[in-house]
Amino acid sequence: MEMLSRAHAKNLVTWAKDKPKVLVLSADLTSSCEADAFSVAYPERFFSMGIAEQNMLSFAAGLAREGFMPLVHTFAVFIYRRAYDQVAMSVAYANANVKMFGFLPGITTPGGATHQAIDDVALMRTLPNMTVLETGDATEVESVLDVMAAVEGPVYIRMLRGELPRLFPASEPMQLDQPRVLSRGNDLTVLSSGLCTEEALKAVALLKSRGVSVEHLHISTLKPCNHPALLDAMANPKHGVLTLENHLTTGGLGSIAAEKIAEHGLGKKLIRLGLQDTFSHGASKAYLMREHGIDALGLIQAAEQALGTQLNIRPEDIAQVRVEAVHSAAKAEGL
Amino acid sequence: MTEPKWANQVRLAARHIRRRVLEHTLKHNGGYMSQACSSAEILATLYLKVMNLAPVDKPLRPKPFPGVPSRGNRAYFTGAEFNGRPLAHQDRFFLSPAHYALVLYAVLIETGRMDPCGLDDFNRDGSSVEMIGAEHSPGMEVTAGSLGQCLSQAAGIALGRRLKGESGRTWVFMSDGEFQIGQTWEALQAASFHRLDRLAIYVDINRQQCDGLVTNVMAVEPLQDRLQAFGWRAERVAGHNPNALAAAAALLDDGRPLAVLCDTDPCRGLSLLSQNAPKLHYLRFKTPDERETYRRALELL
Repeated sequence: MEMLSRAHAKNLVTWAKDKPKVLVLSADLTSSCEADAFSVAYPERFFSMGIAEQNMLSFAAGLAREGFMPLVHTFAVFIYRRAYDQVAMSVAYANANVKMFGFLPGITTPGGATHQAIDDVALMRTLPNMTVLETGDATEVESVLDVMAAVEGPVYIRMLRGELPRLFPASEPMQLDQPRVLSRGNDLTVLSSGLCTEEALKAVALLKSRGVSVEHLHISTLKPCNHPALLDAMANPKHGVLTLENHLTTGGLGSIAAEKIAEHGLGKKLIRLGLQDTFSHGASKAYLMREHGIDALGLIQAAEQALGTQLNIRPEDIAQVRVEAVHSAAKAEGL
Repeated sequence: MTEPKWANQVRLAARHIRRRVLEHTLKHNGGYMSQACSSAEILATLYLKVMNLAPVDKPLRPKPFPGVPSRGNRAYFTGAEFNGRPLAHQDRFFLSPAHYALVLYAVLIETGRMDPCGLDDFNRDGSSVEMIGAEHSPGMEVTAGSLGQCLSQAAGIALGRRLKGESGRTWVFMSDGEFQIGQTWEALQAASFHRLDRLAIYVDINRQQCDGLVTNVMAVEPLQDRLQAFGWRAERVAGHNPNALAAAAALLDDGRPLAVLCDTDPCRGLSLLSQNAPKLHYLRFKTPDERETYRRALELL
């Protein structure tokens, strides 16, 4: 599988070239948020705001009112935790065209609890006027720019950085409120988001090799989340729905699934995998994903629970799974 | 020395502003009265002398509340039209302490920008003439009721205007209590860092806040020294003197944003209010007698 390094840094420069209204605001985390290349390429459109996020969010709303599209770059926690009132009143209330790039979503950082955005989807999804996107691979990190720019109003993006796999072909960009159907089946339905999708792909491959029929959807638009394919996927599985997310099980993808199942009377069992009402701590991504059970093994164990059977899949089996770039079945199925 | 004509107009308008706010305080059995007493000359000087606002064709009548801003709400408007539709060289005004809304509405009436009947809608359900104004309220353009957010937004607007090559100035009216807020200092440092010299604030230093005297709640002084240390050009003036208020507004074009710190009296023109000291933030009549005393004071204003 193709791996890309600092995909956003390069792509942002190309994308913003002929868009003079696009500005970048940064709070002392410019290279950490891969906005450094932009700051070099277009210094007149880059504004350093210092370690002062409350001002940065309201300031961005002011720029948006003058017709600019400010792209706020910082760690996710410093957007929705440090500056929530500013996000709510200066940005969301006004439906201001501010795009918030939240880096280090969930436990994707050894920075510990202060740097881990484990409840951001819950808070941003409940804000009126807000659109919430989550990137799961290099293709989505690149194509999320067109998606967010087409939304007239505030957008919050869970952004990935550094070394990223290209799980989805570059020819299949992210689209607003369009799930990617990665596998069709009717024993279990798996909904995954963000970097958990790579883990889910490994687990689903093994589950299928053991004869389990799995419907697998990757969800990159957490709000709005109204595509009929999502409901179809959750209406059919014989043994229920599993959600896998890099977030608390409350307020994010798991809650979205619970709401849909209840509102549409789908009557399916739901197992939500994510952080279970706990903060986390500083450690490697792989270590923390294992600790919180949001990796391939965690998903397989939850599948066994849902199916009421042991599949005898060992950690060594998981290590041997090679994830190849996956074409979404969405087009083929005409969704 | 005779005063210039505009200064007399400011003094007259200020008296009428206090009168209107007291009228509505009596009508609603409560109101932000001390804010009118302290800020009437500041706002009247801004509107009549300092700011280069676009004119309005005729005094405007406030429209009903248009619903909150959203992608689907094409009917949404802001209250900025009461300040005129500015050309690039003209000014913009922002009210930060949104509970001064009634004072601003009175200013708009006295300066011929709002029809006097607009205040019939004040604090009425379904009206845009809200008690603590939001961006749809007359004269307002941003939602500033969560104190400390307006200056940051106005700074962003000032930068946006500079990027578009606009020469007009961006004025913000603030209250002294807002200098207890961390975000205010973040905005101050950002404005001077980005050299927003067409951004200016007038601060009503009435030394009052909800719990009482600012000095007893959380000290903010010495404001002039603090602002200068943050890279601002800071002038301290007598806040009821139109000439002093206007003289401080000159544009220097030296990269420094401007702060005009206005020392004011929260009981100015209504000495009766001082009986409520030290809690002057919101006037509520406790007895019919007290209300009657204020009604008589209205006749003398």
